[in-house]
Amino acid sequence: MTVQTPESPTGSTHEAGVAVAPQWKLVWWGFRRHRLATLGMVITAVIYLAAIFAEFLAPYSSSHYNPDYAYAPPQRLHLLDDGKFGLYVYGYKATQDRETLAQTWATDERKKVPVSFFAKGEPYKMFGLIPGDIHLIAPSAGGGSAPMYLLGADSNGHDLLSRIIHGARVSMSVGLIGVAMAFMLGIVLGGISGFFGGVVDTAIQRGVEFFMSIPTLPLWLGLAAAVPAGWGPLQRYFAVTVILSMIAWTHLARVVRSRFLSLREEDFVTAARIDGASRPRIIFRHMLPSFSSYLIASLTLSIPGMILAETSLSFLGLGLQAPVVSWGVLLQEAQNIRAIATAPWLLLPGGLVVATVLAMNFLGDGLRDAADPYKH
Amino acid sequence: MLTYIGRRVLLMVPVLFAISVVAFVIIQLPPGDYLSTIVSQLRARGDVIDEAELAQLTARYGLNDPIFVQYLKWITQILFHGDFGMSFAWNRPVSSLLAERLPLTVLLSVTTLLFTWIVAFPIGVYSAVRQYSVGDYVATTFGFLGLAIPEFLIALVLMWIGLRYFGQSVGGLFSPEFQEAPWNLGKLLDLLAHLWVPILVLGMGGTAGLIRVLRANLLDELHKPYVVAARARGMPERRLTVRYPLRVALNPFVSTVGWVLPGLVSGEVIVAQVLNLPTAGPLLLAALKGQDMYLAGSVILVVSVLTVIGTLISDILLAWLDPRVRMRYR
Repeated sequence: MTVQTPESPTGSTHEAGVAVAPQWKLVWWGFRRHRLATLGMVITAVIYLAAIFAEFLAPYSSSHYNPDYAYAPPQRLHLLDDGKFGLYVYGYKATQDRETLAQTWATDERKKVPVSFFAKGEPYKMFGLIPGDIHLIAPSAGGGSAPMYLLGADSNGHDLLSRIIHGARVSMSVGLIGVAMAFMLGIVLGGISGFFGGVVDTAIQRGVEFFMSIPTLPLWLGLAAAVPAGWGPLQRYFAVTVILSMIAWTHLARVVRSRFLSLREEDFVTAARIDGASRPRIIFRHMLPSFSSYLIASLTLSIPGMILAETSLSFLGLGLQAPVVSWGVLLQEAQNIRAIATAPWLLLPGGLVVATVLAMNFLGDGLRDAADPYKH
Repeated sequence: MLTYIGRRVLLMVPVLFAISVVAFVIIQLPPGDYLSTIVSQLRARGDVIDEAELAQLTARYGLNDPIFVQYLKWITQILFHGDFGMSFAWNRPVSSLLAERLPLTVLLSVTTLLFTWIVAFPIGVYSAVRQYSVGDYVATTFGFLGLAIPEFLIALVLMWIGLRYFGQSVGGLFSPEFQEAPWNLGKLLDLLAHLWVPILVLGMGGTAGLIRVLRANLLDELHKPYVVAARARGMPERRLTVRYPLRVALNPFVSTVGWVLPGLVSGEVIVAQVLNLPTAGPLLLAALKGQDMYLAGSVILVVSVLTVIGTLISDILLAWLDPRVRMRYR
């Protein structure tokens, strides 16, 4: 960010518009100049869209499997068929070692599996409501029952691509819901702490320090292990998000408190108080709008932490559990070195976690910079 | 200085108390209690349960008492007798298990912390002094990656590379022949040969964070008027940086121990599991999965207490280094 003069996205009207533009517009202009942040936003949006339309985008459902194709390697998607446009993948040829019983896979160039866009495949219910059977990409109906594994298969012959897309739904929403919960805690406690000050402030700050000083992972593990084994997937999901929200709230409470402390002394707050505005009105109409953009930026920055935490918990087998599919659950397959040696593509969900976390960090950093009007 | 240390130690008491309560709650959380687990284990084996022994154990752990009496019994046993209870998965006292595993955990955390400092210091200074240079961009990129990649993923990838290209396993802390051997020079060298992998894996996140903090702090200091004044008087650039701004910017090295240390201990749990290290992490995991709650609670308690003590030491160091911190507590 070396550009000092605002590079106007709307030409000369922008220069004149700065004076009258509402705050969100200023933030947006500031944000657009931040290239990495814009890229981060696009990637984040793509991943969220994929999570929302998982059933349509994934070739198969998350529970579809075929044990005959355990650890089948990724297939290359061929675009040209005899000089004409035609999608296909080559089939597999499996050979089994007689002594070790280990299976090795080779592509069988004589077997072509035709693939097409918007193909009819496994029926599903979009969002659990709308029935459908069209998939963005899937083996064509006329191609027999030969499967397609664009990103390879796991030990049970699940399609990794489909599982990653379905897993995005859980992994990404855990972050959102967890942050929403942490936000409630953080804004209430941080707000009380910053607005009233004094003994209340000291007590809450000691609490925050306590939570920050203990190693979090052992603590979550303890809490996660205490989740009764009989709980269904949905209950477990909520239990995990509650546990995760316990990390983010301390940070948010600090941000809210420090903003409250500095705003309390501002002239416009004093003016509102002298005008006889009630406390809730001062807080919600005068103080909150002036730091809501900060809040949004810190919220965005705390989502990646949640995603990483869920991945770690699930990876260790104490977070979400199969049949629920999340990136952490998928990485459980890659826990032992022998599985990784036979099927390195099992690490792909980890790569996706890294990409998401990076994208959201850039997005959050850009938002924070854009939201700060006094930066230059 | 003494008043500061005194106040700081006093402040630690409620924190330690809160930690012990949390650990106790975790022990109590799973349904059923210590005895019902033992009883069901014995039943499963078809053993006859000795009623007298059962009554004796009930009295020892105060299982019929109200919950706070149980807590008092538990904590007094720990404080005055060093008795953390029994691990029923191992059928041994928890304290002997801890004595086996904890020294390596502490060793690993401390060496990783030192590694983090040694690596982050020159890189952080370089990327602040030469802002927007190629090296700065490399360091910043590395910083972002270090924050985004979970430690266990680095461990997995390293293990895969080790197996794929060097044909050897990088896990563990000792070679098989030294596993049970008593300590000697050979075992020490063997430990050093294995230790670098977990240190590297664990240190990534902390190093990345520290580089960012050091860079930001030093950049703030470098543009302050006193630096400009010193430069105007003709002070050589190198001496100028090292003498004043660097000293101020060094504070995070000591003060961040407060969050680097808990992070290290957390990371250690998961990395140790992947790399198969004989530290407290895998012990905790196995205990939690098997609902071996006395062991699990004790590990959480001891590890948290050690972290708080580490933070205390760093705070005292910081006060010793920086008079401003000392004065605040006058």
